[in-house]
Amino acid sequence: MTAIALRGLNIAYAGTPVVRDVTLDVAEGESFALVGESGSGKSTVLKAITGLAPEWTGSIEVLGRPAAHHPDRKLARVVQMVFQDPYGSLHPRKTVDAVLTEALAIHGIGDRDARVEAVLRDVGLDRRFRFRYPHQLSGGQRQRVAIARALVLEPRILLLDEPTSALDVSVQAEILNLLKRLRAEHRLTYLLVTHNLPVVSFMCDRVAIMNRGRVVEIAPAAALHDGEFQDSYSRQLYAASGGNSPMESAGR
Amino acid sequence: MSARDWLLDESPTSRWQAGAGRAYAAARLLLRNPLAVVGGGIILLLVLTAALAPLIAPESPLGQNLSNRLLPPSSAHWMGTDELGRDIFSRVVFGARITLMIVVLVAVISAPLGMIVGAVSGYFGGWTDRVLMGLTDIFLSMPKLILALAFAAALGPGIENAVIAIAITTWPAYARISRAETMTWRNSEFVAATRLLGASHARIIGRHILPLCASSTIIRVTLDMAGIILTAAGLGFLGLGAQPPLPEWGAMISRGRTFILDQWWVATMPGLAIILVSLGFCFLGDGLRDALDPKGQAKS
Repeated sequence: MTAIALRGLNIAYAGTPVVRDVTLDVAEGESFALVGESGSGKSTVLKAITGLAPEWTGSIEVLGRPAAHHPDRKLARVVQMVFQDPYGSLHPRKTVDAVLTEALAIHGIGDRDARVEAVLRDVGLDRRFRFRYPHQLSGGQRQRVAIARALVLEPRILLLDEPTSALDVSVQAEILNLLKRLRAEHRLTYLLVTHNLPVVSFMCDRVAIMNRGRVVEIAPAAALHDGEFQDSYSRQLYAASGGNSPMESAGR
Repeated sequence: MSARDWLLDESPTSRWQAGAGRAYAAARLLLRNPLAVVGGGIILLLVLTAALAPLIAPESPLGQNLSNRLLPPSSAHWMGTDELGRDIFSRVVFGARITLMIVVLVAVISAPLGMIVGAVSGYFGGWTDRVLMGLTDIFLSMPKLILALAFAAALGPGIENAVIAIAITTWPAYARISRAETMTWRNSEFVAATRLLGASHARIIGRHILPLCASSTIIRVTLDMAGIILTAAGLGFLGLGAQPPLPEWGAMISRGRTFILDQWWVATMPGLAIILVSLGFCFLGDGLRDALDPKGQAKS
């Protein structure tokens, strides 16, 4: 089954088109990456799927159901998102417990204590972090809390918006390993936005390369090992990330 | 484990402990500020005086004794007596109740009203913002005392109406503040994340935005308290606030005006009380600003 199907998706911010004619399918259980340089519209695609960027035309289907132009309560149980900046994505005056409990309260899910404890264990946070405020946590711990918040509703699809780019290199590896383990344990579908190609080859099955609001190529992640890209922009991007020498790709 | 260790525990074990720890840290910061302590002391004194007025006041605030009229301050009448022979000290002590009631009622009405208007306006933006801020600007552009006077005159004199009149004139400032704060938060990722959890706009404003606006509004309200007391006293002075024989400080000054050259104490004593309480609120407000200001916290 297709987890996310985008057909001819155009997205605009206040009338200015940002993403043009994006068509792609993410299979259930797949880990799919959107890569591209800053401003290529990759995060905007995630925002459109969740309804945070309401100005879109075309079609978005999540698990076969059309998505709305605004954040949707029903969709929240299926799709959740992890944001880039762990410092900005947690309320500064709320404890970890309050953040996680609220998600459950919104959906009227009972047994909150046990669920909060379970999800904290899942993301590798000790019980003693439960009643801390964000300022008492490190960047990596905050990102774990953000992941826990996304997981506490037990969604099937996780949208990851550069989940490690704001973190230290050593912490990045921990978070990536965590995401990989969670995906295996919960059979999650990932749609990951990044500009870091090694992250893609570590985490993902397929990759879509975006440039100036368009998807220029969809390739298997294996292409990152051998540089088998069709599009010239993809080859440039691959070369710029150190995968291949620019001379060689220019010579092809 | 001592109570202090429990409060400052880095890893609280319950919601309650986490909240108490935070309150304790803020209180400690506040107590480190000498001005705030002085201000807090004065406000505490006001509250105690109001609560224990019948025990503190040596005489009734209303009972007249014409043989004792206009006596200067002495050991029998610490602040002298007024033109009807009433003990001014007793009246000032009972007046604390009226002042405290006015201040608390105005704060309770205008602060939440202003915060909600501002947060709704800042959160939704667009037309909502234009309409609400237009309304706010209309109220903001009118002089406070004159507007309060107009309302008190229209509604009729009396403390309740004075409170309503003052509340109507003070909320726009809070709306402005919380709108500005809201606009810095509304596009933040935690608001987006909360929306994605399925939270309604009302929930986000109520549970996420308003708590963030609260500290700056509390500071502003405390600093405004002096102005509120003065406006209430002004209305009392002009005869549109508390009505005789209620011992409202502004009204007392108004009565004392007639004798101000020969019997100075009649107008001066309630005036001193107004100054003291206003100063107390100003000090406390400054201290709160230092303690609650996120930038100030970063320094310490």
